[in-house]
Amino acid sequence: MSEIIEVIFSINTFTAAIRMATPIAMAAIGGVFSERSGIINIGLEGMILTGAFAAVVGSFFTGSPWLGLLAAILAGSLLGLLFAFFTIKFKADHVVAGVGLNILALGITTWLMQVVWGQKGASPEVNGLPEITLPILNKIPILGDLLAFHSPIVYIMFVTVFLSWLLLFKTSLGLRIRMTGEHPEAADTLGINVYFMQYFSVTLSGALAGMGGAYLSLGQLSWFSSNMSAGRGYMALAANIFGQWNPIGAFAASFLFSFSDAVQMRLQGINLNLASELIQMIPYLLTVIVLAGAVVKSKPPAALGEHYEVGK
Amino acid sequence: MKAIELKKITKKFGNTYANNKIDFSVQQGEIHCLLGENGAGKSTLVKIIFGLYQKDSGEIKINDQIVKLKGPADAIARKVGMIHQHFMLVDSLTITENIIAGAEPSSKGFINYREAERKVRDLSEQYNLQVKVDSLVGEISVGEQQRVEILKALYRNAEILILDEPTAVLTPQETKELFNVLEQLKKSGKTIIFITHKLKETMQVADRVSVLRDGKKVGTVETSQTNPAELARMMVGREVLLKVNRTQNNPGEKVLEISNLNYKNKKSGLSLEDINFSIQAGEILGIAGVEGNGQLELEEVIAGLRSFQQGNIELNSKIINNFSVKERRKNGLAHIPSDRLKRGLIQNFNLANNLVLGSEWDSPYAYYSILNYNEINKFKDEIVKEFDLRYTKNNSIAGELSGGNQQKLIIGRELSRETNFILAAQPTRGVDVGAIEYIHKLLIEMRNNGKAILLISAELDELRSLSDHLLVIYEGKIVARGSTDKFTEEELGLLMAGHYQQGGENV
Repeated sequence: MSEIIEVIFSINTFTAAIRMATPIAMAAIGGVFSERSGIINIGLEGMILTGAFAAVVGSFFTGSPWLGLLAAILAGSLLGLLFAFFTIKFKADHVVAGVGLNILALGITTWLMQVVWGQKGASPEVNGLPEITLPILNKIPILGDLLAFHSPIVYIMFVTVFLSWLLLFKTSLGLRIRMTGEHPEAADTLGINVYFMQYFSVTLSGALAGMGGAYLSLGQLSWFSSNMSAGRGYMALAANIFGQWNPIGAFAASFLFSFSDAVQMRLQGINLNLASELIQMIPYLLTVIVLAGAVVKSKPPAALGEHYEVGK
Repeated sequence: MKAIELKKITKKFGNTYANNKIDFSVQQGEIHCLLGENGAGKSTLVKIIFGLYQKDSGEIKINDQIVKLKGPADAIARKVGMIHQHFMLVDSLTITENIIAGAEPSSKGFINYREAERKVRDLSEQYNLQVKVDSLVGEISVGEQQRVEILKALYRNAEILILDEPTAVLTPQETKELFNVLEQLKKSGKTIIFITHKLKETMQVADRVSVLRDGKKVGTVETSQTNPAELARMMVGREVLLKVNRTQNNPGEKVLEISNLNYKNKKSGLSLEDINFSIQAGEILGIAGVEGNGQLELEEVIAGLRSFQQGNIELNSKIINNFSVKERRKNGLAHIPSDRLKRGLIQNFNLANNLVLGSEWDSPYAYYSILNYNEINKFKDEIVKEFDLRYTKNNSIAGELSGGNQQKLIIGRELSRETNFILAAQPTRGVDVGAIEYIHKLLIEMRNNGKAILLISAELDELRSLSDHLLVIYEGKIVARGSTDKFTEEELGLLMAGHYQQGGENV
């Protein structure tokens, strides 16, 4: 028993949880922007995957993982823009278009992997992003261990949480985005450009999810493998809801999911006489339970999932 | 100077003209009423002025300048402000946020909330529009929400204010306050376009009136040189009887009796408390009250759509507490529901199918549960003729009918059955003057034929002209009752707003 508690509350577990939370949190914050503007974003999964792929391609051809990260942001944005185009311009059902996007992303990345490298399962190894040690913080015990030795995207993620919160709740742009998701017609009658808010938010959502993907392929690993997003986009969407469409909440929820995942992985390391499949279920079970509890209380943006037509 | 001048404005939706070559002009500093029935094209016209809709053809001049309005932003830039019929407010944002959005006082993108609240407060004092700047909009009264809407326009320096059916949601007192505000705005030089279908309000508030009918302008008249009858004629296109001819009634035996009824709506928290009343044959009992004070609950409890906790409902000497809706209908209940689209009809069904609803198991419409369309269609033809139902194509679905004709469809179905109790909730909501006249006449006729009628309505004039007796309901309690002539309009308004002491025979 004490072994289990040690595993759960070790610094290692927490550090791993922060790492694992990074791609989910990035995508979840993307989800926050998208949904605050009224667009349900199931497509996060595909955006992560595409980001992960683009990052490796970028690093492969330029040799620079930083350009790989840039490629991931661009690819994610582009996919976001495409998604926005379908849902806003052509008024596609958000969920259907999102699922379509995910299938598209899965297909294209797998196919392009064959075209570029002639390999089916995984790409060759490329230059990954180096870990950066934060000065000063690294001298502080525990906190330093937890936070000071990470991939740059982890730090970007923490900054993103804070900046996104500022943007959404303290700036004009944020107020306009929120108003668009709650009541697009009200926003329209105030002269707010509803479509711009939605295109902006969904594209940003793609950029953030793309960065999350880059962390998977260039931060944690240094190659791309088929379907490497493995459901993180859906976890992100759940984290966004559980986090009440708030960047800070979305991060907290992502951390909770990842923490249970980290615990699960460590529990497999010790002999518990329990089928490992059951242990692997823990994070997903937690997601389901938490969501079932949270959905009852959560209040989504009032016009989420609706189509608004400007100037009939 | 003309604040607004429209020339030959045309707007089509599909194949129908919402606006057909409308010329319309508003003088600076006047209150100009745009009067017309539902669907006459009033809202479309002002939405074009506000840039929400794009005209198909025609010319718009604002302050003598030809303008092209691509969206509300263009209209706002020309100091046009609009207060919408359905408030354009976000419940989860504060009053200040709702007002400033789109024109926030900010530095480097960050909103200066202190400055924003100061501005809103100043405006609210200047025009005497009381609001609590930091309340969430979802938590304030309808009257206050409307003040927020007006402030939104004033915050954007609007000189021309368009109000789309602003009184529809207000109590008589709130309406009076609104009219005071409008007078004040006029004094400070603002131009006001006021949309309504109510003749009384028009006469009260407007300097001039323009009347629309079927997408065309009928004419513009000075309020001082016209009268309600003339305006009604312009609106409908024929003579309209504005006053209902209610003769002395001659009540028979008790049809409905409700005693000590208690019901708690667990969702909204609203309770009906100790409701007691009875209705006799040949009597119309009206329920007056501001919407949301328990009328819907009362309606649905009587109709059998909600089960209640305590008390008795007796219909035709039978206690019907545990009767299903079907059994209640068999026992004499006819129900004209307040929400006709949700409760009254199925929009995707054609007229015949809608008419047979509720009788679909009964002979002659069904034979061993197989529908007999010969009989059903015969029945439909009868109803169409008797109730003067108008529809465009032979197999029209209910959703394609106008509000008035949908209402006639429901009324036709309900009143053609053998019943002696009519539960009529908001029977004239959203229907035009012509149909209102017809429905009123019909209800009086039913009363004269010895039916008992419970009339739940948000329209005070309707209640006062049709009802023999009135109950006033406030927060789920009956706060006053008496015969209709005992109440003045003023007293009713006060009672509806929760001022118990005055007027009528209080309980």
